[in-house]
Amino acid sequence: MRGLLKVEPRLSSPWWLGAVITFSSIASALALGGVFLAFMGVSPLEAYAVILRSALGDGYGVSETVVKAIPLTIAGIAVMLAFTMGLWNIGAEGQIFIGAIASAAMVRYFPSESRAVALSSMLAAGLWAAFAGYLKARWNINEIITTLMLTYVAMNLLNYFVYGPWRDPAGLGFPITAPFPDSARLPTLWGTRIHLGIVLAVVLPCVAWVVLRFSRWGYELRVMGENPRAAGFAGMNYTRNVALVMFLSGAIAGIAGMCELSGLQGRLQHGFSGGYGNTAIIVAWLARLNPLAIVLVSFLMGVLLVGGESLQVIMRLPLSSVMVLQGLILFFILGGEFFRKYRIRRVGAAITGDMEREER
Amino acid sequence: MEILVPILTAAVRSGTPILYATLGEILTEKVGVLNLGLEGIMLLGACSGFSVAYFTGNAWLGVGAAFLVGAVMGLLHAILSVTFKGNQVVSGLAITMFGTGASSLLGRTMVGFTIPGLPKVPVPYLSDIPVLGKVLFDHDLLLYGSYVLVLFFCWFYSSTRPGLYLRAVGDNPRAADAMGISVDKNRYLYTMVGAGIVAVGGAYLSVSYTKMWAELMSSGRGWIAVALVIFSIWNPARAVLGAYLFGGVEAFQLRLQAAGTTIPAPILMMLPYVMTIAVLFVIAIRQGKGIIFGAPAALGTPFYREERD
Amino acid sequence: MERITKRFAGVTANWAVDFDLRAGEVHALLGENGAGKSTLMNVLYGLYQPDGGRILLSGREQAFSSPRDARAAGIGMVHQHFMLIPSQTVWENMILGHEDLPSILPKKDVRRRILDLSDRYGLAVDPDAKVWQLSVGEQQRVAILQMLFRSARVLILDEPTAVLTPQEARQLFDTIGQMTAEGYGVVFISHKLDEVMAFSQRVTVLRKGRLVATVATEATTKERLAEMMVGEKVVLEIDRPAMAPGRTILECRDLRVLGDRGFPAIRDLSLSVREHEVLGIAGVAGNGQQELCEALVGLRTADRGRVIVDGEDLTNASPRTFIRKKVHYIPADRKGTGLVANMDVKENSILKRYSARPVSKGGFIDWKEVASFARTVVSRFGVNAPSTETPVRNLSGGNLQKLMLGRELSDSPKAVLAMHPTWGLDVAATKFVREQLLAQRERGAAVLLVSEDLDELLSMSDRLAVLCKGELMGVLDAPDRTPVETIGLMMAGTPLAEIEGAEVSA
Repeated sequence: MRGLLKVEPRLSSPWWLGAVITFSSIASALALGGVFLAFMGVSPLEAYAVILRSALGDGYGVSETVVKAIPLTIAGIAVMLAFTMGLWNIGAEGQIFIGAIASAAMVRYFPSESRAVALSSMLAAGLWAAFAGYLKARWNINEIITTLMLTYVAMNLLNYFVYGPWRDPAGLGFPITAPFPDSARLPTLWGTRIHLGIVLAVVLPCVAWVVLRFSRWGYELRVMGENPRAAGFAGMNYTRNVALVMFLSGAIAGIAGMCELSGLQGRLQHGFSGGYGNTAIIVAWLARLNPLAIVLVSFLMGVLLVGGESLQVIMRLPLSSVMVLQGLILFFILGGEFFRKYRIRRVGAAITGDMEREER
Repeated sequence: MEILVPILTAAVRSGTPILYATLGEILTEKVGVLNLGLEGIMLLGACSGFSVAYFTGNAWLGVGAAFLVGAVMGLLHAILSVTFKGNQVVSGLAITMFGTGASSLLGRTMVGFTIPGLPKVPVPYLSDIPVLGKVLFDHDLLLYGSYVLVLFFCWFYSSTRPGLYLRAVGDNPRAADAMGISVDKNRYLYTMVGAGIVAVGGAYLSVSYTKMWAELMSSGRGWIAVALVIFSIWNPARAVLGAYLFGGVEAFQLRLQAAGTTIPAPILMMLPYVMTIAVLFVIAIRQGKGIIFGAPAALGTPFYREERD
Repeated sequence: MERITKRFAGVTANWAVDFDLRAGEVHALLGENGAGKSTLMNVLYGLYQPDGGRILLSGREQAFSSPRDARAAGIGMVHQHFMLIPSQTVWENMILGHEDLPSILPKKDVRRRILDLSDRYGLAVDPDAKVWQLSVGEQQRVAILQMLFRSARVLILDEPTAVLTPQEARQLFDTIGQMTAEGYGVVFISHKLDEVMAFSQRVTVLRKGRLVATVATEATTKERLAEMMVGEKVVLEIDRPAMAPGRTILECRDLRVLGDRGFPAIRDLSLSVREHEVLGIAGVAGNGQQELCEALVGLRTADRGRVIVDGEDLTNASPRTFIRKKVHYIPADRKGTGLVANMDVKENSILKRYSARPVSKGGFIDWKEVASFARTVVSRFGVNAPSTETPVRNLSGGNLQKLMLGRELSDSPKAVLAMHPTWGLDVAATKFVREQLLAQRERGAAVLLVSEDLDELLSMSDRLAVLCKGELMGVLDAPDRTPVETIGLMMAGTPLAEIEGAEVSA
């Protein structure tokens, strides 16, 4: 018989394989992305140099990368929570908007209650996402579509406010609100733009890790995510948890929006988030839903985002160009996942050989 | 009646890109592959279609190019989800991201250009029918192409051997495989063709509808098409209804704005998205929880022949 | 077939097996569950690629890279789980993979040919019915017709009688007889000695993936075959001491349950199981057994009627309430419902006890406690796993079942519902599972046993209820003294009262 290549599932995968595959996936994505850029008439070496220099070249660059990593980490935890339960909340972007809108509303209408800002952003974004959760739990309506449609609704809601009733009269007609008073701003640290949100970006992943690994609810969540039928069989209440997890996921994304708003930008404006919610999906997936890995991956993605902005300024490329790289990284990670689950074996001649040997 | 004609005509025109995308996705899903990259594929189709149309001066070449680009994205999705058995949701999101980024990058030099687009070709006799003639039969050929495609698919799924095989693969790949039908070949083919048709929907947007290219111009239509596939219960004829309904909402919204309504634009622009959710809700209530008839049973699950239970 | 070897990740399913089939004969392929019978035939059918060996057809070597090649060579196979598309009609299923037909389907021709074939071989079907609406017996006819339609000359039937009533099985063998008379070669896979002795000309016995022998049926006896199959003398007879049943533990009254498609799967059913008692549920697969079990443990809502556990009305209570009341369920679908395939042995072992002490303390899980519990289950029930950290997707069927059994039974249940608990297990594991269930009966639990294996039901049950189309055909108080024909008639839809009435009047 001729030798054939054959695919079969791996019974176990060594611990290092995951790391090797992740890094080679990123490397291949950057290589292919380079080819793509060259094809578009952009020098890939120059582009990558710009990215690295601006994001990691000096202290300011690093601090800017951290600034990007903060909302990414928080939003990454938000979607990770939903993904762990097998819920495809891909509307974190919209939940970030809602969190920000709610914060802005609090600051605008109840300026003395600055401590309630975080709470209101969590509540609003949580309920926003829980609506999709309710539709999924009660009516089995696909959450991918509802969370995404809600994102477009949230985006238009934001536009409504910044173009309409909340527009800053002193803003020269730009779609922005009046700047927050200092009392409603999160303090910044070390003379950089890094704000207090960083505490959350460190604490939240640790809490999530402990909850998922050691708590009873974390165990339930993982069972429900892996096999909802078995979860029902074990007496877990899937329906209630769908709504609860979507609420929490949305609430955490809302906090990310609040941090970005009162920690960094200080005013609500058109195009406020810049795709953190969508990038968070990649972050969570790249981190294999491990809360601690999310911190690291967020930093890497922060490099890409800072780099992307410099590309826009220096090389006049559209801001969404980095999405090409993000998409490619996801492609390669997915492809790499295959090699973690299956292995390729040569069948035919060799095996027949050792069969004869054993027979003798 | 006469006041309605322009709105209905606009509904058909703005529903057409969604219709193409829905038809393409129905094809892909019927064979058991879930492709959520529609938004990215439409954008790439719009961008490549427009650029080829602009630089060659031939709009049809643009449409053909869009189909090819879409098919290449379909190929990518098929490689990841069929051969590599990867998660189809993530693969679709990756395609959306890649398509969004790549189209912005590709199209960055063409912003602000316009092309003549496709000529109107009134269908003889049919376009003389009062109201309906104007609404349905006074457009360009690419729009008529969607009518042909709907009729073709209705016939293809029910009365042809390849159509039967396609449904078999989507419903029970294990059985189809045991009957000697190649699951992988079918999935590759229809994922590619389906994505090609989605991209033609994108091309309609830039080449025929707006006659220009703008970054992110599909603005969620790809996702609406994903929802419409469920709305249509995987039936091409019902997809027409859904697509024009959405086209109608969009046309109505634009007309209200043009008429200087006091309702702010962003509120009106929410309408299609709110309606998508409302439509899914109505379907869910009508069908009862958890049971969606007509859904291909093996949708979204990779097939591995030697898997044993 | 010469020296066929087939491996799956880590398991050798066939090792250098020789097999041959002559035209016009019925060749039985006999072996225990897991002996590699289906694998061998799937290799012949081109579904699996062999890792070694070759296939010869009329003396010529064949290379089947897919079922399409095998079918082009005239080989057809009817799998145990029929390879049919439920949402399509009979005639549509018939032409799947039929390359000679034109692309635009000649519906009329196809229909006529189906009717011709079904007349000729006594396989009555309605070409326009949708497959999901058909009974299992009818589906089998469709699957056989599917092969005949493509003019297969060799027909492989994988455990064809497992899903049939005794009467239907006899009818099937009539059809097979007619086919071999016309020169067809038929392989039928079985582990039932009686039918092998009655209907085959030659028998090939496999054990643990290896060929034991091929013998002429006339030249052998049931006992010799049994020995060849199992290797050593294993006494399958199990000891079921007589016990006086106690009070009623699990009961349903006028229960009506809807199936997945919204039609009633259980109609007005009343049953009860008592302490120290095994109630068997017989019936052809898909006649409401699963829906019944699910309704009795809170996994499916009752449309009407009541479910009572130990005197307490628990109709439509949550699954957790049933778990707390110590009603345990061993589902048929091990990886789909009973276990979480991607989680490890340890995590799976606490699926039913994670929410209470000692596993859960103050909302956190005590993983040390879990590890020791998992080790207890693994050692007490003989689960063969590399470690308690192995994902259960890598365990064999027998070990999955032992793990699940260990988990469900270590809680001293009041009632145990077991669905096909020995399906796919080898003799030793089967024996173990049955003994464990009987041990629960002895301890005082009420046991409800659903099975398709009539022998199993007869040897295990104190009473036997027969279901057909979701209705109770009757409950036999002494199943082992009831003629099998009676049970067969009940499975086919004749109520017990009617049969007894007929006997009296005769």
